[in-house]
Amino acid sequence: MTGRTAALRESPAQDAVRRALAGNRMQLGQIWFQALLMAALLVALGVLVSLLIDVFERGGQMLAQRGVDFLTASTSSNPTIAGVGQGIFGSLLIVLFVLLFAFPVGIGAAIYIEEYARDTILTRVLNTAVRNLAGVPAIVYGLLGLAVFVIIAASFTGGRSVIAGGLTMAALVMPIVVITTAESLRAVPRSIREAGFGVGATKWQVIRHHVLPYAAPGIFTGSILTISRAFGETAPLVLAGGVLGGFATRPGLGVVETLQGPYTALPLIVFNWARQPSEEFRQLSAAAIIVLLAIILLLNGAAILLRNRFEKRW
Amino acid sequence: MTGAQLAPRLSLTDLRGSPGRRRRETLIRSLFLAAAAVSLLISALIVLTLVGRALDFVSRVDLADLLSVGWLPRRGYFDIATIVAGTLVITAIGMVIATPLGLGAAIYLSEYASPRRRRALKPIIELLAGIPSVVLGFYAIAVLAPAIVQPLCGSNSIFSMGAAGIGVGILITPLIASVAEDAMHAVPMSLREASYGLGARKRSTSLRVVLPAAVSGVVAALILGVSRGIGETMVVSIAAGAVGGSVFTVNPCLPGQTMTAAMTALATGSDQAQIGAELAVPSLFFVGLLLFLMTLALNLVSERFVRRVRRGY
Amino acid sequence: MTIQAPEIAPSDARPGPDVQREVRIDIRPMMQTKPDVQPTHAAEPAEVVFKLTYFSAWYGTFRAVKEISLDIGARRITSIIGPSGTGKSTLLRAFNRMNDLIEGARVSGTVTYHGVDLYAPEVDPVEVRRRIGMVFQKPNPFPKTIYENVAFGPRVAGVRGKKNLDEIVESSLRRAAIWDEVKDKLDGLGTALSGGQQQRLCIARAIAVSPDVILMDEPCSALDPIATLRIEELMWELKQNYTIIIVTHNMQQAARASDETVFLTMGDDRAGYLVEQGPTAQVFTNPQNRLTEDYVSGRFG
Ligand SMILES: Nc1ncnc2c1ncn2[C@@H]1O[C@H](COP(=O)(O)OP(=O)(O)OP(=O)(O)O)[C@@H](O)[C@H]1O
Ligand SMILES: [Mg+2]
Repeated sequence: MTGRTAALRESPAQDAVRRALAGNRMQLGQIWFQALLMAALLVALGVLVSLLIDVFERGGQMLAQRGVDFLTASTSSNPTIAGVGQGIFGSLLIVLFVLLFAFPVGIGAAIYIEEYARDTILTRVLNTAVRNLAGVPAIVYGLLGLAVFVIIAASFTGGRSVIAGGLTMAALVMPIVVITTAESLRAVPRSIREAGFGVGATKWQVIRHHVLPYAAPGIFTGSILTISRAFGETAPLVLAGGVLGGFATRPGLGVVETLQGPYTALPLIVFNWARQPSEEFRQLSAAAIIVLLAIILLLNGAAILLRNRFEKRW
Repeated sequence: MTGAQLAPRLSLTDLRGSPGRRRRETLIRSLFLAAAAVSLLISALIVLTLVGRALDFVSRVDLADLLSVGWLPRRGYFDIATIVAGTLVITAIGMVIATPLGLGAAIYLSEYASPRRRRALKPIIELLAGIPSVVLGFYAIAVLAPAIVQPLCGSNSIFSMGAAGIGVGILITPLIASVAEDAMHAVPMSLREASYGLGARKRSTSLRVVLPAAVSGVVAALILGVSRGIGETMVVSIAAGAVGGSVFTVNPCLPGQTMTAAMTALATGSDQAQIGAELAVPSLFFVGLLLFLMTLALNLVSERFVRRVRRGY
Repeated sequence: MTIQAPEIAPSDARPGPDVQREVRIDIRPMMQTKPDVQPTHAAEPAEVVFKLTYFSAWYGTFRAVKEISLDIGARRITSIIGPSGTGKSTLLRAFNRMNDLIEGARVSGTVTYHGVDLYAPEVDPVEVRRRIGMVFQKPNPFPKTIYENVAFGPRVAGVRGKKNLDEIVESSLRRAAIWDEVKDKLDGLGTALSGGQQQRLCIARAIAVSPDVILMDEPCSALDPIATLRIEELMWELKQNYTIIIVTHNMQQAARASDETVFLTMGDDRAGYLVEQGPTAQVFTNPQNRLTEDYVSGRFG
């Protein structure tokens, strides 16, 4: 330690001589340090690996045995016939809400902030709002969903329903969509916008024909990550009315009634099963996690690959 | 002659553009403005909901119940200290885990890894960041609790704040790593070169030059980590136990209740309408407001630090 | 004499003649090859396209250009010269309201275009930019095909039909003297061309909307001498139909390629102001102002 401080004070020549003399020991310290840093990364990797090993050990066999049946069966208190079909359906519906509401609104808001807004008080308030919204804990969105979508808007959402859950999730990911989109828009070179304006294009023409196509890969990558987030996020759904049971399947029930009825989602099923003390439900939970992780790792992996590809090009 | 020459051969109307086009542009602009306004609406709704319903709770609760033996909402005890303490214990354990891991990974990626290796290794962090917290909750209770916490504590309950804390630590590691790495990456190469020029090695350069230069960003990363830890819900709800409530404790070997888990516990309780629990749902919003204010304050502070990084270079 | 009112947007001459030419490396002797115009500033200038009166431009609270009054004549090449930071680009971008795009930028004084106040509240900058095109310092083709680069302007201006667009693309590329080099790869990326080709593509893109004026901001600064000469020759061709204003740091280029020269410099407040304007020959050989003389002879800046 003191040696290093001294070395900094000495002239480079002196240090070089000293380094040559004491080289090996110093080198050892360097290697130790580097190894320690790498260990940090390896621990992260280790967690990933041990997590995967554990869920496969617990749930892999059952998943393999039950196969499609597990993916389509409804939840049940009988572990031998319980499945995640309802959860997958609910999660897909929630993603649909995200696609329908969070994406257009979020991308639109980002376009306004990056392309239209002048530096006014309103703009600053907007920016602050978006940034802070992105930092609000997920469970607080659950409270928002509970108060607004479940209770106040009950006549439209049907109370604790997939509509309420989907809208809650859309509100939760919207600021993330705004931020990732705005980042991609900011990466579009000014010269391209100027070229567009220079030939007499209107703002919207420049945005539509040049800015958005250029930013599209980035927006797309961000969107995939957002969808993956919507698959995995659990806490807000717990508050916004998600239940273990799942959708009502009485015959003769219309689409609207189904949407306004009870629902569940894949991560909610994981949550509920994980809390059961019996080992059978642990296994079920692990199997459901395999399904959930398969979806999420697929989406995230695709996003990472996509991004690396486009990073290389530009 | 002069008159003829200066006679305008173009009039203002020629430069007015088509009114249809201008109207369309204005319409499109308003649509985007409306989209942007939705984020304001959501912010306003969050604040109004939380404040309104929290006030409702405070006005109805017996204030003495806010400082009592524990957080047992179904019995009418709403001791805030219990759930705040639980939150802080779990967040502290999480930070003890995540700080060395996150910063170590950040220094390695930013200072040691070759661009190629960086490209190959960074996805580990990103994949870890993508794991849903409900899955890490399962990991905490199924792997961490029996493998680490139970032997250390000598306890036979699988529920503990310790296991939840480690789970939260794993959850916030990638966040700390990526924010800190961004900050270190932004340190100009010239600073490192100056350090090498003085004969310093990579280790001293990393620890004494790059880390201090990036200190704002690193601090911001840690604050964000704390904020995320405080707001984390699923890991705690699964692994910390104490579903029905908890008496005050700070012992990481014992089950405990956090602000977030208190909320999910109330929402998933089998029967929402138990006797004496009519304040249970309103209490959710009171806790939510507390949580919102804590994370908001932390996020604002961290944002200030991040801005300092940007201004620095 | 009465001057005929020219059409703002020349719709004739399309498809234009093939202006493909050899690159001449020998630099044209200064001034001598200039054909017709020998206008002196005092004499009646051709026709005034732009008239600036006490024009100033601000970025926030900083005044970049101060109280400039000048006229710019039609169908000739006017070059704007001056040391770095004197507001040449700012002035140029004022002619087609490109500065509107910059947050906090504003102007005072008047700029008229064919007698119409360019900054009147009713004026639509989009309409202005369709008549007054621009070529930028760094070639900035869209990251799209060569065809799309040229066709975009006409398309947003309302030209429809593949045949019409094909025609415009070809004639614009021909006029920009790049047709022969790209006619076989119109579907190739514009960004894959060489720097000089990219800049000529940008010129083609600018003329594709049949503008009246072309503004060029140091169009050759990123190019090698041969590519530069090609662009200069091209400007020479284009001035038959267009009014051209060019900002340049290259004295020889200003002397070689322009009819009129505007010299800006800046005062202690760092605001650029007009020192001298006149026929290029006069500004370079017989400057009226000491500052101009120092600058054009290379003693300053
Ligand atoms: N977007 C802007 N915001 C603030 N100030 C600006 C902006 N663009 C230019 N300026 C300032 O205005 C002054 C004039 O800039 P301008 O680019 O017009 O000069 P120039 O003569 O074109 O210089 P150069 O020869 O280097 O291109 C400079 O002091 C510059 O710093
Ligand atoms: Mg310039």
